[in-house]
Amino acid sequence: MKQARSNKSDTKQQAKTSPSEERLKEAYKKRIGVYVCHCGGNISDYVDVEKVRQAVENEEGVFLTKTTMFACADSNQKEMVEDIAAQKLDGVVVASCSPKLHLLTFRAVTERAGLNKYNYVHANIREQVSWAHSDNKKGATEKAIKIVRSAIAKVRRSEALEPIKVEAAQAVAVIGAGVAGMKAAVKLAKSGVQVYLIEREFFVGGRVAQWDNLCVTDETGKELVTRLYDDVMSHKNVTLFTGAEVVEKSGSVGNFSLKVKVTPRYIRMQCNKGELQKAIDACPVEVPDKFNFNITKRKAIFHNYPSEYPQLPAIDIENCTRCGECEKVCSSIDFSQKPEYLNIKVGSILLATGFDPYEPQKGEFGYGEIDNVVTLPQFKRIVHYCSGDKLQFKGRDIHNIAYIYCVGSRQVNGENKYCSRYCCTSNIYTAIDAKKRFKDINNFHFNRGIRTYGKQEVLYDESSRMGDIYLQSFEDSPPKVEVIDGKTVVSINDILTQDKKLEVEADLVVLVTGMVPRKDNSIGSLLKVPKGRDKFFNEIHMKLRPVETVIDGITIAGAGQGPKNIVESMTSALAAATKSYTIVASGELALEPTIAKVSADDCEWCGKCDDACPYDAFTPKEINGKTVAVVNKSVCKGCGMCLPVCPSNAIQLTGLSDNEVESMIDALVERSPLPASP
Amino acid sequence: MNSGKVNNSVKILVFSTEKISDPAIDMAGLLKLHYPPTVYTITVPCSSAVKPRWIMHAFEQGFDGVFIAADGTDCPYGESCTEKTGKLVQETQDKMKELGMEPARLKMAAICSICSEPFVKHVKSFVETLNAKES
Repeated sequence: MKQARSNKSDTKQQAKTSPSEERLKEAYKKRIGVYVCHCGGNISDYVDVEKVRQAVENEEGVFLTKTTMFACADSNQKEMVEDIAAQKLDGVVVASCSPKLHLLTFRAVTERAGLNKYNYVHANIREQVSWAHSDNKKGATEKAIKIVRSAIAKVRRSEALEPIKVEAAQAVAVIGAGVAGMKAAVKLAKSGVQVYLIEREFFVGGRVAQWDNLCVTDETGKELVTRLYDDVMSHKNVTLFTGAEVVEKSGSVGNFSLKVKVTPRYIRMQCNKGELQKAIDACPVEVPDKFNFNITKRKAIFHNYPSEYPQLPAIDIENCTRCGECEKVCSSIDFSQKPEYLNIKVGSILLATGFDPYEPQKGEFGYGEIDNVVTLPQFKRIVHYCSGDKLQFKGRDIHNIAYIYCVGSRQVNGENKYCSRYCCTSNIYTAIDAKKRFKDINNFHFNRGIRTYGKQEVLYDESSRMGDIYLQSFEDSPPKVEVIDGKTVVSINDILTQDKKLEVEADLVVLVTGMVPRKDNSIGSLLKVPKGRDKFFNEIHMKLRPVETVIDGITIAGAGQGPKNIVESMTSALAAATKSYTIVASGELALEPTIAKVSADDCEWCGKCDDACPYDAFTPKEINGKTVAVVNKSVCKGCGMCLPVCPSNAIQLTGLSDNEVESMIDALVERSPLPASP
Repeated sequence: MNSGKVNNSVKILVFSTEKISDPAIDMAGLLKLHYPPTVYTITVPCSSAVKPRWIMHAFEQGFDGVFIAADGTDCPYGESCTEKTGKLVQETQDKMKELGMEPARLKMAAICSICSEPFVKHVKSFVETLNAKES
């Protein structure tokens, strides 16, 4: 697939230039290597990469051009290193995916070959060309050529530079104290980093605290949460905030400033536990209990379950009527508590905000209309709360249970095209549990193909051996739930029995609902973390940079990124913690060496640059009998706000000089036809 | 060819910021939100770093429109970004008027890191506006 050509003769007509421009041109790169990537077919299905290569091979300064199937592949990287060394390349361009993904990869390649990494320029012809213009192949190819020419123009003028080192806060904010957040916090704490673990709810554990026995260990969710909580609290460098949320963010990687609002529990920390139980008993307010998916009620003073962590109830102030009954029996109630605002500085933010269970639409398989249709999370709580040998719901004995799979996932017409991964396993596990614990349970699984992948397949096998019935349909012919003569009937055209119509009279219908992104995405909006087509937080690359976001310094873990089971959430938590750790570990961050440079010849101090600079990087200084602006290199952040305000155009930004920008503009408008097809 | 009624021959230069609008423009591609392929991007650290001479150079070289994807309040370099970007746009438009150029050929809009759809909407409507002026 590789095609190469070396352009050893620089035949392009030279324009007439001044002596100073001639001197400048002397320093231009003359042996540039250009690599145009197919990205499998991600680019070459829409962009004619060979035409791109041909179009740039005679550009001034270009010495070598190649196309490559995967520029990022080890074999190609190795070849690039060999090319740079053997051909004495002085500049490199790779035209491939977004620089967010592989800029650092190819900079590292140039470094390995002994070339300064700032002599590398990345051309994005995937996200901004082949994908954006997949509807217009000719237009995409023309645009790709111009973008590569523009990158060549920039690399010709590139300089060897050294990165700027800045101090980074050796602390990480972990947002969300579910299992993923707690695991990440422990990992970071063990590495010696200060961790702020911020949980919006009053109690830790997230969704896992709502689950009982977990497949395949039979440990309960509560036990897992307790273990993690104990681990978190054993580390002195983890500070846990509950009832807390980030309300403001400023700064960037290495130095984020967060303002955290901590909502009071209205109960004193040092309290009398006996009195607290009396206060809960005395509270006359009853509201649907979200922890139990509204199948039970709770008081306005509440904890979700005994021994929940932190072991201090909270008052749900929105529903509290301030009747004063609790204060009569408990001296620990304190309505004078006010919200607190804390300012913290961190070098990285790890987002582990979890998921919401899918809430079916009213009437979706009878949900909200037929009273014995429930969701999987509700079913799990029903199984939990039933004791004895009878499974009951709303006072009625349950024998026949119909499970309808993929509700809210793998939607044909809806937006949720993804598989939620955990629900097949979770449901079959709960169905087995119900059958083992209660008398006369018959399980009927109305599915679209069971996905108990990996080790979880043993559950499917066990359930089949126990006599569970599996009925299957395609997505265009889902089962129907109807009430016939006062009975709930689920019917299906079962493809496993040659489309025979089969019916089950069900005492309970369980909609096996999947995961959806959190309805309240305020933290995502505040941090501006991009979401994917599935509306979950989006990683830079699912395989190569699976826990990083395009916002430098913000990592993601757990089911906030997409449906995951606990094992997968833990793995991603450890990966995200490691990534966040690498950002803050040294207390120092290497930043782009982009800083302002002032030409003393052109500058006459007017102070406008000083007024525009948010960092006070400019000071006046006497040089050769006149006052000029001098840049403090350790303070300048390279924002460029000073550039447009200078009346004598004396300021240039490293890597973004007038010469570089204007040459890039020239390359983007250059009119030249596409090379002829062979 | 597609893009409906949009005439792809109108060329637009986008000054986009590395940390804020670049991710949105990348994501527009990921989501296959199509826009005319004659829209090109040059990355800058902050939208208030764009020199009026670069904008004028783009016009001189044949760009029909220049779009500044402003950081707005998300700018990692400070809150003054919006005001400063607005000022440089205003000053450049004044200069364009002096030279008898249509100031509407320079446009600015805040594009955040997840504003893929607004970006595509902005550039498509900009292309349509420029086409209308051309005809």
